[in-house]
Amino acid sequence: MAPLDPSSPPAPGAAEPVVLLEGVRRRFARVEALRSLDLRVEQGTVTVLLGPNGAGKTTAIRVITGALGVHGGTVRVFGLDPDHKTDGQSVRRRCGVVSAKPALYDRLSGFDNLRYAAELYGMGWTDATKERVVEAATRFGIQGSLDAQVGGYSTGMKTRLALSRSVLHEPDLLLFDEPTSGLDPESSQAVLHLIKDMAADGTTVVMCTHLLLEAEGLAEQVVVMEAGADIASGPPDDLIRRYWPDDSVRLGVEDPAMLDGLVALPGVRRLTPVEGAAGEVDVDLDHLGRVPEIVLALTTRGARLTKVAPHERSLEELYFAVRRPHLATGDAPEGGGLAPVAPPPDVLAAAPVPAPQPAEEASV
Amino acid sequence: MDFKRVRIVVRTELKQLAQAKDFWFPMVILGSLFFVVIPTVLFLTITQIGDVQVVDKVSRAIDVLPPSTQAAIPDASPAGRTAYALAVFLLAPVAIVVPLTISTAVGAASLVGERERGTGEFLAHSPAAAREIYLGKVIASIIPGYLTTFVGFGAYSLIVNLLVGPEVGGWFFPTGQWWVMVLWVLPPFLAITLSIVLRLSARVKSTAAAQQASGLVTLPLIGIAYGQATGSLFGAATIGTIMGGLAWIVALISLSRGMQKVQRSRLLGVADGI
Repeated sequence: MAPLDPSSPPAPGAAEPVVLLEGVRRRFARVEALRSLDLRVEQGTVTVLLGPNGAGKTTAIRVITGALGVHGGTVRVFGLDPDHKTDGQSVRRRCGVVSAKPALYDRLSGFDNLRYAAELYGMGWTDATKERVVEAATRFGIQGSLDAQVGGYSTGMKTRLALSRSVLHEPDLLLFDEPTSGLDPESSQAVLHLIKDMAADGTTVVMCTHLLLEAEGLAEQVVVMEAGADIASGPPDDLIRRYWPDDSVRLGVEDPAMLDGLVALPGVRRLTPVEGAAGEVDVDLDHLGRVPEIVLALTTRGARLTKVAPHERSLEELYFAVRRPHLATGDAPEGGGLAPVAPPPDVLAAAPVPAPQPAEEASV
Repeated sequence: MDFKRVRIVVRTELKQLAQAKDFWFPMVILGSLFFVVIPTVLFLTITQIGDVQVVDKVSRAIDVLPPSTQAAIPDASPAGRTAYALAVFLLAPVAIVVPLTISTAVGAASLVGERERGTGEFLAHSPAAAREIYLGKVIASIIPGYLTTFVGFGAYSLIVNLLVGPEVGGWFFPTGQWWVMVLWVLPPFLAITLSIVLRLSARVKSTAAAQQASGLVTLPLIGIAYGQATGSLFGAATIGTIMGGLAWIVALISLSRGMQKVQRSRLLGVADGI
């Protein structure tokens, strides 16, 4: 891929992306953490990096702030090179990061941890800064424990303090690496709400997770990573439409035998049995207008219907659909993957029509 | 280089160190032994109990000192002369050993400690330049050792002046040469040691490994520094001053190279090929 020319002006009317990675490569000794990562993050959006352990998500975050240099490709953040001595400082000053581990100083109090960050990020130490520290802590419900040593905090409290620290200097770009790990459901919910709020205020968010439910409804762009490269990226709805261009309806019948021959009906593209629900199938159709005909055909045969509902694909289904070819070819890194929720082989085998290949133009 | 940020790193490092009782307790014991317990027992033995054998042995050792040094020892009883020689020429160079030991222990854990605790990730993503972090940590490692030297020698001075002073005609410690050693010879040796120790700390995988590796660097440096210290105390002031000057030059070069070489990625604990 040709490197970017930072001196060339953006196309008229096109806003410069906050983060732009092109063909980025990064290795550690002989291990290639990033093989060829492309990423474009627009201002005020929430981008979620999905992928198994070892996919390169954390390395991508580190490359964005310039904490790690790259071995190839181009990185631009706010139009600057984060690996450059002075530009890097400017970039990092505008970034707020929460890493997978909270990265707090256990021997210091919560207050001193925030003070350290405030001063390193050039906020100085004035009455206004002190107020800002308390405000950031209050935002995450940790203000009552600021005087205690962080070593005595619970995992959830540490995560909240790390989140407070990340927003302390009101960054333009938030980089969250598994921000809800160790949090209880209420706190996780609060964090996800905060991410939405900040994005609504114009802050750009890039978040790594392997919790697909967390990303659902939050991501304006998802990037599925595998072995150091992006294998699919775009808005979730677009990606779902790429992988499942057909409308889909979920049907349930009392007697599963009644579903035999359903695939031969006009407009029916594919049947996929629903895991763990005998007698239920997802029926892919050329359009939803076919549903009355299918219902009529089934009832005419004497089938007793238990369910007829439009089927909306989830991010989880998308994720596995995107990764399936890579898992099949063994491209996935050793130990990677989200095995606990992977669809069982019989579901995949039941699909009479192979999954459509993603359209080339939808890829970033 | 933003010295304000360096100061912030120093202050935070020292604040953490102040909270680390598990670090301070052994160091207080070490300092107490060298500066209080050993001198008290030794000088009481010589001046009050009047152990003839010890006095006799050390008196003979005084005869091998350079003439200029011997001339500096005041006319007094054999016990007084012996105690004076021990106070000034034998125990005072401990000023080199104690700060080097303490500062090395702090420095060895500094960068690798950030990695082990995971806090290196925070620093790596922060606007602080790697060289600012490095310099901040060097200074934060020097201060505890240097401070211990002053506090320890405050106590030591009191002990030797109270126990030995009456024997040699009044309070005599610290001597002028001791000030030269502590203010001119010691700081560059501390800086050289720590500049190397911190670079090691950035490269090794654990604090234990950093401390092992630091030992290899520190021991010869303690030897050289001790030689310089005793040289300056023995009256070879010119040589001591020149060697101190050379040590300053080496220290500045070593610190400068350390600042250039230390990499942000080292804070992350990744096997870096860059």
